[in-house]
Amino acid sequence: MTLLGDFLVRAGLAGVGAAAAAGPLGCFVVWRRMAYFGDATAHAAILGVALALATEAPVFGGVLAAALAMAALISFASGRAYAADTLLGVAAHSALALGLVAASFLQGVRIDLMSYLFGDILAVTRADLAVIWGGAALVIALLAWRWDRLLTATLNADLAAAEGADPRVERLALMLALAVLVAVAIKVVGALLITALLIIPAAAARAFARTPEAMAAFAALIGAAAALAGLAASWRLDTPAGPSIVAAAAAAFALSNLLAPLARKAG
Amino acid sequence: MNQPLLAAQGVGVTLGGAVVLRDVRFTVARGEIVTVVGPNGSGKTTLLRVLIGALAPDRGTVTRVRGLRVGYVPQRLAMDRAMPMTVDRFLRLAGGDRAARAQALARVGIEALGGRQMAALSGGQFQRAMLAHALLRKPDLLALDEPTQGLDQPGVAAFYKLIEAVRREDGCAVVMVSHDLHVVMSASDRVVCLNGHVCCEGAPTVVSAAPAYRALFGLGAEGTLALYRHVHDHDHGDDHDHAAPAMEHTP
Repeated sequence: MTLLGDFLVRAGLAGVGAAAAAGPLGCFVVWRRMAYFGDATAHAAILGVALALATEAPVFGGVLAAALAMAALISFASGRAYAADTLLGVAAHSALALGLVAASFLQGVRIDLMSYLFGDILAVTRADLAVIWGGAALVIALLAWRWDRLLTATLNADLAAAEGADPRVERLALMLALAVLVAVAIKVVGALLITALLIIPAAAARAFARTPEAMAAFAALIGAAAALAGLAASWRLDTPAGPSIVAAAAAAFALSNLLAPLARKAG
Repeated sequence: MNQPLLAAQGVGVTLGGAVVLRDVRFTVARGEIVTVVGPNGSGKTTLLRVLIGALAPDRGTVTRVRGLRVGYVPQRLAMDRAMPMTVDRFLRLAGGDRAARAQALARVGIEALGGRQMAALSGGQFQRAMLAHALLRKPDLLALDEPTQGLDQPGVAAFYKLIEAVRREDGCAVVMVSHDLHVVMSASDRVVCLNGHVCCEGAPTVVSAAPAYRALFGLGAEGTLALYRHVHDHDHGDDHDHAAPAMEHTP
């Protein structure tokens, strides 16, 4: 296992694993306009990290629990006094601020905190890799299992209900998947850029796809390519790895929107 | 033996603190076309959502025959340009093999559009694609929420002809919510006039003469109905169990 001993290889595998799950899930985030929801869930992860470090619980578990709690809180509170984006804005920024404040009470985690905000993909261990690939596989399996029902519920919740599905269950499945993905991707791009890893590859894939499945597959491929390209750039230019990955995805988005009209003309 | 497909009793719904439906009684028999008419905000769509099981009523009960298959045609899909979806892929969500999907498209008259993006369809083509999706589920009950919104007059008439043909060929019951008073009424076996509660119901000619209907829609509504009135497969005599005279419920 000398190959896995190389930290660059581990970083590449971590990036590809996170992107493979973020691609299809990101399509739903785009289709259902859940970008702000993704932000709120991801930012809650910082609070989860602080609580996990304070109680000496595993960080993965703390992040997962905080993300799930945030998802549940938002679902419970939505549709009440405030518009959805107002409520999500309050939740997302409060969670981030509270997480940072909570972390400041802990001794000696200031350096660590940066790695949770912006990712620390070059420090991924074999155990991290197992968590990332296991979580990614879980997300992909959950989406694949419920794919058609998720699509129908996304198109029209009443249509799903009339056809015997429960749109609330599908929504719950997506929240669960999102919480797992946050826990998986926090090491890769950090809490602040997880939403970018979800949305940008999916948006880039839209230009070429004719079906939802094609868009999900393209998004995974574009995300994986961006992860590898971002790592390469980070290695050569000595730039931070997480932001470099997101920048590579943004470049792919720009490129796909430039190329798509040409591809359409040729086809 | 002649059990209704679906029966709602004393249904009440409160949404956001406002009473939308109160004490609504509503039944659908096998193979009949029932149209729900009413002004904006009268609870038509809410009633349809209760009937198809998308919304649990706060009061009352909805009884469906065992294994009732519902084909639903919503007003719209939350599909902006973000989701790529061909017509054929959309039909595949309802189930059915390639031949069944091609047949469903042919029935609704858009056989050539299977490869087209849903977002690129015209209003009429879109409604037909939605209907094809609903038909692929081989429904006992077809539920349509204002299916002809945004269609021009010939488009509306053609769509209702299609619905009548579907009912004739498949024998499914149809519940429609609509604004198009005159055309709808000519295509319905029974009309339910809703305004939070059931104001009146019965055969189209009976309802259009009912004072409660005229109070809601004005006298002009009857004049347009006359243009479209045609002979139905039932006579407007005394043998109606629910139509003559129009039942009026006071709030």
